[in-house]
Amino acid sequence: MINFPFALLNRTKALLMSRNAKDSLIKSFTALSVLLIVFIIVAMLSVIFIGGWSHLNYSFLSEFPSDGMTKGGIFPAIVGTALMTIIMAVAAVPFGVVTAIYLAEYAKESSVFARTIRFAVKTLAVVPSIIFGLFGLGFFIGFIGKNIDMVVNGGELRWGQPNILWASLTMALLTLPVVIVSVEEAIRTIPKEMREASLALGATKWQTIKRVVLPGSVSGILTGTILAISRGAGEVAPILFTGAAYFLSDLPHSLSDQFMSLGYHIYIMSTQSSDVDGTLPIQFATTLVLLLLTFSLNAVSVALRYRIRQRAK
Amino acid sequence: MKIKSRQNKSELNNVSFYKKKFRFSEWFSEKIIKSIAFLSIAFVILIFVFVFRESLPIFHMDSQEKAGSELLVPESYGSTEDIVKKENKTVETVISEQPAVRPSSTLLSKEWMPVSDNPRYGLLPLFLGTLKVTLIALLFAAPLAIMAALYTSMFAGPRLREVIKPVIELLAGFPSVVIGFFALMIMATFLQNIFGYASRLNSFVGGIAMALTAIPIIYTLTEDALTAIPKTYIEASLGLGASMRQTAFFVVLPAATPGIFAAVLLGTGRIFGETMIALMATGNAALVTANPFDSVRTLSATIGAEMAEVVFGDIHYSVLFLIGSILFIFSFALNAVAEFYLKNAVVRRFQAKK
Repeated sequence: MINFPFALLNRTKALLMSRNAKDSLIKSFTALSVLLIVFIIVAMLSVIFIGGWSHLNYSFLSEFPSDGMTKGGIFPAIVGTALMTIIMAVAAVPFGVVTAIYLAEYAKESSVFARTIRFAVKTLAVVPSIIFGLFGLGFFIGFIGKNIDMVVNGGELRWGQPNILWASLTMALLTLPVVIVSVEEAIRTIPKEMREASLALGATKWQTIKRVVLPGSVSGILTGTILAISRGAGEVAPILFTGAAYFLSDLPHSLSDQFMSLGYHIYIMSTQSSDVDGTLPIQFATTLVLLLLTFSLNAVSVALRYRIRQRAK
Repeated sequence: MKIKSRQNKSELNNVSFYKKKFRFSEWFSEKIIKSIAFLSIAFVILIFVFVFRESLPIFHMDSQEKAGSELLVPESYGSTEDIVKKENKTVETVISEQPAVRPSSTLLSKEWMPVSDNPRYGLLPLFLGTLKVTLIALLFAAPLAIMAALYTSMFAGPRLREVIKPVIELLAGFPSVVIGFFALMIMATFLQNIFGYASRLNSFVGGIAMALTAIPIIYTLTEDALTAIPKTYIEASLGLGASMRQTAFFVVLPAATPGIFAAVLLGTGRIFGETMIALMATGNAALVTANPFDSVRTLSATIGAEMAEVVFGDIHYSVLFLIGSILFIFSFALNAVAEFYLKNAVVRRFQAKK
């Protein structure tokens, strides 16, 4: 009888130990999945860095491709990407900011209209990027461009073909949700008291938005713009058939010219080049440039967003 | 009379004190902002209308043929398209203008041979390929991302969490063409050395690469869902003597199921529509096999690869747009399901208990 409590104690102890063992096993299992993901990221980064770093120099960045794109640099691709993302930002940011203002300042959460807009924005964010390419082809080139040609140029083909403007507008549509989400987030961190103070001083709602809300959300707008540019610089599918060119011996001069882009350059160099193995250093270096571009943009936006969040606290 | 009118005036003033004074500029700016906001709805509708519109000729041609007319005139796309073709400097593809078989009758066949004397547009291999790649990617991404999220929110200390989260979210910053390039150049060879399969680029390699694009989505949303679980749940479970593991798996995970489900759905949508990785790393051969180590051709990759080389207004062109419509409808539906499921389930679960 005296033995009984001890036996029970031992038993629970054994049970506990097995439980602990199971716990730590499961815990390390979940930790392992974190490690695996981190490992893949590190592997990707280091492979691209090692492969591309040695080929990365000033002449690579400032020269045109030569010898059927087996030699030379990626200057036109860098300029093309920059131009495309700038036009894209000019188109997407005003729309995004205004929509964010509507969602944050005017819309009632319960109204069907506002909820539909939110759903539409989310849909734009999840629609596959290739669909935007199709849309750009069908709408911008096939519908708007052709009609402009009909009316303005008298049937002469100028806008009804792939060019940098249509590619940028297609990309603007794709990055619109990015802008809206980050601007709205920034607007919502502006304290209610500031709006109330402005209204109490006799300012109207629109004046309050113009003088208080918008200046307060500049960093949010900047974050959204940078994120959108970083996204737009990396996407290839939407510009596959709305404006990106395989090779151009000249930079784009007008909005109706085609352009070269970094992402598209990587794609064609690695799949359709005449000498895939021989141009490996160029491919790695181009990938590295694209990666450095998007990552540095992302880093800036993270820093900005951190500042916004600090203000919210 | 005078007194009366004064009274009226003061009444009016009272009313205007309660009611906002009508200002044209205010009204106007609100209307403008509202109509610009409406544009995002308009864009979604436009996208669907224009992608679907270009795919209509298939059915159109069909009905014409049923009516008995022998000549197939590819809808009003006339002379300008030929010029476009030349301007595009794309590779000329010879496609017979009048297919021997009705175009839509081949849609369900097992062959995808758009460029041949007798073109067949069987979507089955493309569907199967997409399904295979999506499944492989999901089997890899979902457990990994959910486990990682579980570790981050339940087991990791606050400091470690601050490191892990941004590092994994770094993955979302990789452009898909970069992941595709990595898969094509490094991962394909690496995995071939391990598994020793025949074709270097196949659905397995593509699936794993696509998983990398879905992992940050599933991870972030799952992590959000897990941290949204009320602290009281966890404390109650721990207070009853359950271990952290038991709490994580039997309390937190079940409670966060709707969020995790939505996360996986959105991840699926991302994989399903992924184009660049599919183009670069899946081999692009429209085969009908169940072997994960065979090359496949996905729906989105087909659009990406063939759209540039197709004649505007041609049947092939329309079929590619039809594939686009299917992709759009599918991702729209996934998003809708995720949205409504998430909203209803979460609201029902937590709102009453707060």
